[in-house]
Amino acid sequence: MSAAIHIQSISKSFGSLKALDQVSFTVNQGEFFALLGPNGAGKTTLISILAGLTRADSGHIQVMGHDVVSDYRHARRAIGVVPQELVFDPFFTVRETLVFQSGYFGLKHNDAWVDELLENLGLTSKANVNMRSLSGGMKRRVLVAQALVHKPPVIVLDEPTAGVDVELRQSLWEFIQRLNREGHTIVLTTHYLEEAETLCNRIAMMKQGRILALDDKTHFLNKTGKRELHLRLDSAELPEQLRSRCKSQDKDTFHFTLDNLGELEDIMSLVRMAGRQIKDISLPEASLEDAFVRLMQESQS
Amino acid sequence: MTGFYTLFYKEVLRFWKVSLQTILAPVITALLYLTIFGHAIGSHVKVYNSVPYNGFLVPGLVMMAMLQNAFSNTSSSLIQSKITGNLVFILLPPLSHFEFFMAYVLAAVVRGLVVGAGVFVVAIWFVPVSLPHPLWSILFGLLGSIMLGILGLIAGIWAEKFDQLAGFQNFIIMPLTFLAGVFYSIHSLPEVWQQFSHLNPFFYMIDGFRYGFIGASDVPVWQSLAVVSGCTFVLTVIALQLIKTGYKLRH
Ligand SMILES: Nc1ncnc2c1ncn2[C@@H]1O[C@H](COP(=O)(O)OP(=O)(O)OP(=O)(O)O)[C@@H](O)[C@H]1O
Ligand SMILES: [Mg+2]
Repeated sequence: MSAAIHIQSISKSFGSLKALDQVSFTVNQGEFFALLGPNGAGKTTLISILAGLTRADSGHIQVMGHDVVSDYRHARRAIGVVPQELVFDPFFTVRETLVFQSGYFGLKHNDAWVDELLENLGLTSKANVNMRSLSGGMKRRVLVAQALVHKPPVIVLDEPTAGVDVELRQSLWEFIQRLNREGHTIVLTTHYLEEAETLCNRIAMMKQGRILALDDKTHFLNKTGKRELHLRLDSAELPEQLRSRCKSQDKDTFHFTLDNLGELEDIMSLVRMAGRQIKDISLPEASLEDAFVRLMQESQS
Repeated sequence: MTGFYTLFYKEVLRFWKVSLQTILAPVITALLYLTIFGHAIGSHVKVYNSVPYNGFLVPGLVMMAMLQNAFSNTSSSLIQSKITGNLVFILLPPLSHFEFFMAYVLAAVVRGLVVGAGVFVVAIWFVPVSLPHPLWSILFGLLGSIMLGILGLIAGIWAEKFDQLAGFQNFIIMPLTFLAGVFYSIHSLPEVWQQFSHLNPFFYMIDGFRYGFIGASDVPVWQSLAVVSGCTFVLTVIALQLIKTGYKLRH
């Protein structure tokens, strides 16, 4: 089985700016993959090369086994891209836009699927409205629908939730997750890291045109190592032996930073030995945001 | 095929939806030219000794309208799509460079022919016109619209801003059209300017087109056909190559 996306040493410069520097990675079929990175990292440039909108200076990309330059017809049929920029054609209605987009992919009788897309993206009531008179969030929904008209096995979403309200965000993700369960490969960029954390199973982190890290989500979450511990005791006084370890205190709640989970045991036994009672304890899971921030800081030094 | 047909249909619908500007306006402009020039010059001048000036002017105006509108259709559609960014919807699907080319150019031809027919129909209300060789006129009308559609395509691909496109139109298309003998026979020009006119491909289009109406021309009609076909061929090759390599379309 060919990879959904296979990227081999892609480089791209704009003048003296190296937007992408020897980027290589593979996204397997059926994955829900996140491409994360700060503004200007090169995410959109990489997606543009993937979609054939931009030509790489060197390197190759295959989508479902088809080279995006030499075998562009098959490659483009296999991929649907939601562009980051909010673009639309002001001459046409929502339905016309989708019917034309189907036609460009060679699909003549696509009405059933177009209706389903409209339905799932909450656009049914806007079907015959001119694109010009839609709100920003509505236009973004149409962009998503346009990327899906040909039921591409690989779906790439470049910040699809920027400027989209909570309700649509949820229904959009439900819909995308359904497509993922049905076997579509999803690649997503977003600056809302919680989205990536809940949805994706593999994550690549980029900065200045390079891949800094690429791993399963669980690895990112565990790799942090350090964990926060919040401990509420029966009074606002901390046992003597724990004072040096405590980072801060709100009334009877004490905050610790653990280098590893083994330290938890020490703290618990010290509390017990002091004859004190634990009223509440929380050990929030490491977040992707922590991992992201740490990685970006590390890469600076 | 469906991809090509859809893009073609979209391009036709695009100008049809604003037909007030894209069809009616150019017809009225041509009519104004006819009224003003026909009135000012018409009664004093005969061309080729026997042809009344108005009968000479009408085919020139019809052809000029076709050329300008064919050019305008491809160039303005492309520049608008590039600037607003919605060209991605055409660049993302698996359309070949040939489909892209054919769809844009044919839509331009449709616009050119519709406007040309409009000018013709309105003009013959006011000016008696005969059409002894209609096939020649149709052939040159088609070829001229194709050629200007392709030129518009190239200009639209090349230009990055509206003012660059306006420059192309004002410094290349307009002078070539006006110096092509829409309003006069080049035989009425000084020798030097006659020679100069022979370097202008637009001159051959209008001369050949007019031959269908008045049965007379400045140069033999076959020569005009050869020049216009040759230019169209060269422009086709250039345009196809630009689209294929993604010049200014796929960075
Ligand atoms: N057409 C272009 N011409 C010149 N520079 C460009 C062009 N497109 C992108 N760049 C530059 O390439 C770099 C990468 O840009 P890119 O849009 O890929 O970043 P990104 O990771 O998508 O950022 P964001 O999160 O803001 O969308 C940036 O420094 C950008 O300024
Ligand atoms: Mg981006």
